[in-house]
Amino acid sequence: MPSIRKPLIPLAPHATNSLGLTVRDYEGSMSTLCAGCGHDSITAAIVQTFFELDTPPELIAKLSGIGCSSKTPTYFVAGAHGFNSVHGRMPPIVTGANAANRANIHIGISGDGDSLSIGTGHLVHAIRKNVNMVYIIENNGVYGLTKGQFSPTADIGSTTKRGIPNDVPPIDPVELALSLGASFVARGFSGDKKQLIPILKAAVEHHGFALIDVISPCIQFNNHQGSTKSYKYIREHELNEIDSVFLQPSEVITAELPADSSVSITMHDGSKILFRTLPDNYDPRDRNAAINYVNRAKANGEVPTGLLFVDHGLPDIHDLNRTTQEPLINLPFEKLCPGRNELMKFQESFV
Amino acid sequence: MKPTDINNPNFFHRVVDCQWACPAHTNVPEYIRLIAQGRYDDAYMVNRTSNVFPGILGRTCDRPCEPACRRERVDGTPVAICRLKRVAADLKGDITQRLPKGAETANGKKVACVGAGPASLTVANDLLPLGYEVHIFETALKPGGLMRTNIPSFRLPEEVLDSEIEAIVSMGAQMHYGTEIASMKQLLDNGFDSIFVGSGAPRGKDLELEGRRDGGESRIHIGIDWLQSVAFGHVTEIGKRVLVIGVGNTAMDCCRTARRLGGKDVKIMARRPREYFKASPWELEDAEEEGIEIIVNHAPKRFVIDDGQLVGMEFDIVKWDESATRSQVLDTVIIPCDDVILAIGQENAFTWIERDIGIEFGKWDMPVVDEVTMQSTHPQIYFGGDAAFGPKNIIWAVAHGHEAAISIDNQCQGIPVSDRPPVGMNLINQKMGLTEWSYHNDFNPSPRQQMTHVDLTKRFEDLSLEVELGFSPEQTAREVERCLNCDVEPVFRAQLCIECDACIDVCPVQCLTITENREDELDLRMHLTAPAEALDKLLYVSSTLAQTGRIMVKDENICVHCGLCAERCPTAAWNMEKFVLQLSYAGTSTHKGH
Ligand SMILES: Cc1cc2nc3c(=O)[nH]c(=O)nc-3n(C[C@H](O)[C@H](O)[C@H](O)COP(=O)(O)OP(=O)(O)OC[C@H]3O[C@@H](n4cnc5c(N)ncnc54)[C@H](O)[C@@H]3O)c2cc1C
Ligand SMILES: Cc1ncc(C[n+]2csc(CCOP(=O)(O)OP(=O)(O)O)c2C)c(N)n1
Ligand code: SF4
Ligand code: SF4
Ligand code: SF4
Ligand SMILES: [Mg+2]
Repeated sequence: MPSIRKPLIPLAPHATNSLGLTVRDYEGSMSTLCAGCGHDSITAAIVQTFFELDTPPELIAKLSGIGCSSKTPTYFVAGAHGFNSVHGRMPPIVTGANAANRANIHIGISGDGDSLSIGTGHLVHAIRKNVNMVYIIENNGVYGLTKGQFSPTADIGSTTKRGIPNDVPPIDPVELALSLGASFVARGFSGDKKQLIPILKAAVEHHGFALIDVISPCIQFNNHQGSTKSYKYIREHELNEIDSVFLQPSEVITAELPADSSVSITMHDGSKILFRTLPDNYDPRDRNAAINYVNRAKANGEVPTGLLFVDHGLPDIHDLNRTTQEPLINLPFEKLCPGRNELMKFQESFV
Repeated sequence: MKPTDINNPNFFHRVVDCQWACPAHTNVPEYIRLIAQGRYDDAYMVNRTSNVFPGILGRTCDRPCEPACRRERVDGTPVAICRLKRVAADLKGDITQRLPKGAETANGKKVACVGAGPASLTVANDLLPLGYEVHIFETALKPGGLMRTNIPSFRLPEEVLDSEIEAIVSMGAQMHYGTEIASMKQLLDNGFDSIFVGSGAPRGKDLELEGRRDGGESRIHIGIDWLQSVAFGHVTEIGKRVLVIGVGNTAMDCCRTARRLGGKDVKIMARRPREYFKASPWELEDAEEEGIEIIVNHAPKRFVIDDGQLVGMEFDIVKWDESATRSQVLDTVIIPCDDVILAIGQENAFTWIERDIGIEFGKWDMPVVDEVTMQSTHPQIYFGGDAAFGPKNIIWAVAHGHEAAISIDNQCQGIPVSDRPPVGMNLINQKMGLTEWSYHNDFNPSPRQQMTHVDLTKRFEDLSLEVELGFSPEQTAREVERCLNCDVEPVFRAQLCIECDACIDVCPVQCLTITENREDELDLRMHLTAPAEALDKLLYVSSTLAQTGRIMVKDENICVHCGLCAERCPTAAWNMEKFVLQLSYAGTSTHKGH
């Protein structure tokens, strides 16, 4: 843990956003993670994302489960709402929080262990119901917090720090999400914020469940020679062909328009995702294409990254349930809970 | 860009802004840390090595270090470097044993110094321990030069001056007081191996206007001569209404002294607007605090003499254009007064140097002097202090003295004077534990401490009562923590970096970037985490990083040396290391095997 808090130095070059906040206003308390942990870089990317999106901190709800990754919401946007749930239970808590206040921006931070061991069932259903949230899996292939046991994303043949290989086949969160019908699927790398920040921005603006699998090396237990989630391995095996930028409505006007081959997706608030480069014949709106692409890359021993799939038109959980546009927390109690007589009347309607 | 050569001492030296700006390169952060630890003797000695007169300079230094101080760029006010120097000098114990001593055996070489000001005294300080026989010739009856004759004792107490000069004289300097050198030729003939001219710029400029020589002469004073007469006790009073002509520090000392000798209505009369004043801001403030009125845009026109008596001075009231280069007279005005003090500058006077003995004189009848070696065109004759390039200040006189001493030593030992001893450096690891450093790395947001002054009423009762009280222990404790330890450098070892971004994410001032290299420095500067717009501050550029072929770049402008980059670095690619500049003085040169 660092010896001091990051000093608050009032510097002129610190630009403010349209809310008059500096990037430092989107930070949280000092990280207690290991020095060099990939999770800290993801935290920094989240800070930058909300700063650049001019998001009011009080509109953000950050939730997590258990793990080193799940500790990180403490380290960003101190002014946001926060909930640290039990292991693997972040998705249902977000589902509840989102049901109560659909006006908030929900961001869930989880780990590969938290999401794909104990919490898999919950994750699966949050995807299925298209809960409107950003879901980040800080994927390091191990249970970092409990000292580096293999997690369900450990590749066959990758080894522990002591050299013992893994024999159990992994779950790929990207494939899982694509096959479950997720509306937004991406993969990033903690060591590449240039790629990650635009993906995060698009995910925040996406209406529905946005899954981002971020490879995030565990410096302590999974950054060695035999690892397939180390900084070095990812840099050597990353297949980074998909390049997208995110433009806020104000930026859309001045931005250069994409070349013919590129795809541009307009979000409901007028912001745009522009794909500047894509593999041949790839369309990020085509689920099968994405599945095939990911499979092919994996067969070649590559780790495909980028914003792989977006379907902006799918109904989210509120659309599916036809809830009112007004966040439920804003409804007066009498309206939310009309009382015994109304309930009786309702039940009688089935007779 | 090419990777930075951090083995060149100048790179990190420039990062230590104060030390770089100090003409004598005093190791400021080191002495500030020593003060923080209560090690005043050590702090004093660190100072003395470079600037020779810490007690004097702790009160009077022109402090070029302060405008350069990094803290100014961080919160708008520099560390009170000069005041802290005084703390070390005031609180030190008996350091006699630690002072340099005269040599036990003479080396057979004789050096003459003309004048006993700070420049000559520094030469003596450096040469006496090496066995030189140093003779100092001084017109006055006491040593110190302008420090004694012109800097008023309410700014610089006599005891402080005496004790720091005595430390040098007692090493065995042969002092010849009351001895004005009237001929350089003669001095040369006396068999000195080298001669150092530290005679200052002793002549105050006059103002030859109408009425200057019409009977009021006894009430029209040349500032530096008048201050000297006050210092020697020849002048003890002045009229009630005093006009001081001039806008430099001498003018401020004149008007403050006049206030103490009976001046009630003392005015600074300036031709140009205030932003063109030469006086240091703090001297102006001190003068104003003492009730001195500052009148700008008044150009002196004539001395008004009535019946052979000075009764006032006439001024043109002028209006300046924007750059204050051209003026237009709006009106004239007569301001009545009893005395006028002229403080409009000093000149050199080398009437005693014959022009046919090999010393070349150039522009403005100034000797031609090498800026590095301080040597004149005569191989045995050196100049320093105000005598070399015109009036400067004490710390420059000291810096010149050190360089001249090196040259004299070289010359006497048969080494070319252009052969300067090497400047060395050391980087010392500051790591004490995983996240523990041997210096206090936290940023302290305290504002600069204000100096407390003696009550106004008391001040005017005693000419020698020191006005500044010095920092209290509490103020000192707060001020030392404002220093950003600019000498404790994050040092980068590219081969260890795994490009995890931890340092970049944690840096509180966004001064680190991992990026693709660019040929053009300006281009690179604009593509950093935060653009590096201060072009006079260096970029620290690494060699190529192993995993991606990018480079690490550090903008040296505003790093606060908090050490967080090094704490968050998993491989210690960044590490905090103390940069120690190893300056050479006369006799420390390695090529002589001293
Ligand atoms: C009013 C005033 C206030 C100042 N305040 C400050 C201040 O606060 N801080 C600061 O840093 N600087 C200040 N200065 C400037 C500073 O005092 C000088 O820059 C500094 O003293 C120069 O040192 P020096 O060794 O070159 O010569 P000086 O200090 O001028 O000493 C020269 C000596 O040589 C002697 N001498 C000259 N000719 C001969 C000769 N032919 N034979 C024998 N002896 C001779 C003189 O008597 C004199 O003692 C001030 C100057 C003035 C005038
Ligand atoms: C119910 C329950 N079971 C087990 C644990 C022990 N445990 C804590 S963290 C963790 C795994 C965390 O792994 P991951 O989500 O990948 O996070 P990382 O630390 O790698 O970021 C486990 C098994 C627990 N805290 N609670
Ligand atoms: S154990 Fe691994 S995952 Fe946990 S903080 Fe350390 S490096 Fe990060
Ligand atoms: S902060 Fe300290 S070390 Fe840095 S320039 Fe100022 S006095 Fe010197
Ligand atoms: S010491 Fe490191 S973290 Fe601190 S300001 Fe300097 S570069 Fe940034
Ligand atoms: Mg994990």
